Amino acid sequence: MTDLTKLKIAEARDLLAKGDITARELTEAHISAVDGFDDLNAFIVKTPETALEQADAADARIQAGEAKGMTGIPVGIKDLFATKGVHTQACSHILDGFKPEYESTVTQNLWDDGAVMLGKLNMDEFAMGSSNENSYYGPVKNPWRRGTTDTVPGGSSGGSVASVAGFAAMGATASDTGGSIRQPASFTGTFGFKPTYGRCSRYGMVAFASSLDQAGTVTRSVRDGAIMLESIAGFDAKDSTSADLAVPNFEAALTGDIRGMKIGIPKEYHLEGMPAEIEALWEKGKNLLKDAGAEIIDISLPHTKYALPTYYIVAPAEASSNLARYDGVRYGLRETGNNGSLDDMYYNTRAAGFGDEVKRRILIGTYVLSAGYYDAYYLKAQKVRQLISNDFKAAFEKVDVILTPTAPSAAFAPGEKSDDPLAMYLNDVFTVPASLAGLPGANVPAGVDKNGLPLGLQILGKAWDEETVFKVSGVLEDAVGSLAEPELWWRSAK
Amino acid sequence: MTYVIQGAKDDFEVVIGLEIHAQITSNAKLFSGASTEFGAEPNTQVSLVDAAMPGMLPTINAECIRQGVRTGLAMGAQINKFSVFDRKNYFYADLPQGYQISQFTHPIVGEGVVKLDMGDGKTKDVGIERIHLEQDAGKSMHDQHPQMTYVDLNRSGVALMEIVSKPDMTSPEEAGAYVTKIRSILRYIGSCDGNMEQGSMRADVNVSVRRAGEPLGTRCELKNINSVRFVRQSIEIEARRQVDILEEGGSIDQETRLFDPVKGETRSMRSKEEAHDYRYFPDPDLLPVEFDDAFVEAARASLPELPDVKKARLVEALGLNDYTASVLVAEKEQADFFEALLDAVVTATKKEAADVASKAANWLTGDLFGALNKAGKTIGESPVSAVQGAGLLSLIEDGTISGRIAKDVFEIMFETGKDADVIVEEKGLKQVSDTGEIEAIIDEIIAVNQGQVEQYRAGKTKLIGFFVGQVMKATGGKANPGVVNQLLKPKLDG
Repeated sequence: MTDLTKLKIAEARDLLAKGDITARELTEAHISAVDGFDDLNAFIVKTPETALEQADAADARIQAGEAKGMTGIPVGIKDLFATKGVHTQACSHILDGFKPEYESTVTQNLWDDGAVMLGKLNMDEFAMGSSNENSYYGPVKNPWRRGTTDTVPGGSSGGSVASVAGFAAMGATASDTGGSIRQPASFTGTFGFKPTYGRCSRYGMVAFASSLDQAGTVTRSVRDGAIMLESIAGFDAKDSTSADLAVPNFEAALTGDIRGMKIGIPKEYHLEGMPAEIEALWEKGKNLLKDAGAEIIDISLPHTKYALPTYYIVAPAEASSNLARYDGVRYGLRETGNNGSLDDMYYNTRAAGFGDEVKRRILIGTYVLSAGYYDAYYLKAQKVRQLISNDFKAAFEKVDVILTPTAPSAAFAPGEKSDDPLAMYLNDVFTVPASLAGLPGANVPAGVDKNGLPLGLQILGKAWDEETVFKVSGVLEDAVGSLAEPELWWRSAK
Repeated sequence: MTYVIQGAKDDFEVVIGLEIHAQITSNAKLFSGASTEFGAEPNTQVSLVDAAMPGMLPTINAECIRQGVRTGLAMGAQINKFSVFDRKNYFYADLPQGYQISQFTHPIVGEGVVKLDMGDGKTKDVGIERIHLEQDAGKSMHDQHPQMTYVDLNRSGVALMEIVSKPDMTSPEEAGAYVTKIRSILRYIGSCDGNMEQGSMRADVNVSVRRAGEPLGTRCELKNINSVRFVRQSIEIEARRQVDILEEGGSIDQETRLFDPVKGETRSMRSKEEAHDYRYFPDPDLLPVEFDDAFVEAARASLPELPDVKKARLVEALGLNDYTASVLVAEKEQADFFEALLDAVVTATKKEAADVASKAANWLTGDLFGALNKAGKTIGESPVSAVQGAGLLSLIEDGTISGRIAKDVFEIMFETGKDADVIVEEKGLKQVSDTGEIEAIIDEIIAVNQGQVEQYRAGKTKLIGFFVGQVMKATGGKANPGVVNQLLKPKLDG
């Protein structure tokens, strides 16, 4: 029998519909794959009983002819999505023991469509990080290795990309604040999709930076991404920033026809000192799209170089306030100290509960919002953010999508950058500008580096035009052709 | 008259500005659907949003916006069709989010003015600086356990309006009148119940002093004053404290102070140095509040007649004197009672409102208010309804009973709640105007009081009062005094 874990969502959907496989079989195969995946530390909680119940319900639903795209599809859930009665801690110590009484809208949408939950996925604490080394539950390993050297899966959605790249889940929910879906997708050769800000509800999603946080998907194909995003997206009255727009049929956008479409190449994304391989990959992507009938147009996004500093003011500012609720009073960790005062409880709880990167960002955020610094930092950053957004608006007058590298390097080894926050922050240099502008973006696996590690290209689209991003991503995916799969070293190690 | 504080050397003026926090009358909280019922068991009126559970998001309650707009309109203030909710960041155990959602740079209501009635037809205009909307915090209870503080979140998230005055008041009386006037307006329009005892309205009082002609002095803020009397008292005490310091050559520290009505002092809560840096910034979970002219006009159309307009009408159209009109309009319930009373009198007597208004007003402010005051009851608890009052007044108007008898009837009404005509019937109190009946009684009295008759005829004409009294006594007060006088004089004169 074929390895069911190698199926893509679209393939499994069709086999399920035909009755060739059952959701239970598919789920059992994945539960077993998840168990064999422990060495990578992608799953911090497994929910096999729930998965099997959901699978049986899915089978019944398929039999009744009421299947949706995600019915019976086993997925992993990033730990920052609230799942009722199940560990939801954004991989922070400070939320120890927290099991919400509510379900996030994104996951509820999945369950409503009949999807199957395999468990909760590791991530950088509160989605702060680019290597998944900042989790209270330990780092995640990338299924892709540099020879025999481990690499990081990227972050913050490290568990999401690792589980999908390593055939432990068919898809995973993820979240992107400054690149937390696209950068790790690039590191693992997966298709990561961040929709327009407001396309998915943030209700029940543990907040990092409210004006940037957006849920999205990690899958092994563009089509799978379209199917899964259609399930999780949609207006939600419980989130004031969610957009009251109908969700398009994203899969229908995959026509394969991009003839006459205009592809923008922003000159500011040619970074000094960027590896030649990345430049070459970008060139290759350009040529592939050109060959498919698209027109390549050079564009300028003049404020790009301010995006990273702007992001590292806006995101920590919001985070410093969003994370104030973790105070030891109502839930999670409480460290009172000996006969401590209320202030002592705050100090002790937050000192013990937050990791270094989270503390660093709370400090930065508190600083930039402080009296006397607000105008120079936060207010100025908001103005620059508007300029960056205007850059994109102007560019999209001329082009339909923008093509860039997703990350400035392939996956690196653990510890290589963890002592240097600035080097780590540079990972997001290509993803952050679109996050600030709230635009949809995808990582499409496009090749490998000299060590055989995946590299990806980023497709950015206009606000609410996810369809075009999917369409161009699909064409690029086809043009790139089949890429190598990671060796299943963790399975053989068993 | 200018309020002057006489120091040992110089005279000082006091300058006062107030921030009034008024709880908006609404079934639900500002950003959650939780109930706002007062007096419920602790922590039973709390939603997931109010408890700041991870991933929970605020959504604006439109009714609170509407009430804010109505309040602004009632104070003749500018309505801002674009306003922004900001986060005011600080840690406290009863502030679950770690920030209060408030409005800082863009409040919903801008400048306005309220007119104070200072007696003797004098008025004083006090400027409104702004009105903004914000959430209330929960309540910390320090007296429930020897070591621990308990937190009740029922109030957490309840909608407040903060009404900020300009520093336009120059005496404790003006400040007291201002609070009374604001309370009156809020109760007229129903945007707040104005209940200071239950804490649904409270004031922060800013006080500074200066020698005549000097620029403004350093102010101190007296927090959470919860009665009009305490507003006046706290200002007197605080102004005196500041004058004493200045006269001794000291200077005033800008600080927040607590008023202790028992000890009759104010004491420091926190100095400017200890003041929080609230790190205000726009709440990224909420979009700016925007509405159109139609929304404002609908709010305007929903306003009742306001106290100033009502007073002018009572004076100009109904001929009430200025003082009586002021008393009647000061409280909405009194004004409503008066209007109902007048309507009923007009209906019963078929007279013009202007002809009976003064009589009705005098009875209300004299007899009924006097009795209510004595009984410690409010107008809402009056045992005599407006219609019953009108019943009594119309019995006087049509000559059924005398004004004197009416006082007795009213006393019985107040005790028993019975209607005036029933009491008059039961007690046989109908006024006697039958000349024959009265004449017979007069003859009898003249016959048995010959001594007094002789004195009268000898020139001691004041004795007519004695005879009137005898007649009234003999008739149990029921004789029509006009008829008695008319008949008595010719008989005495012989």
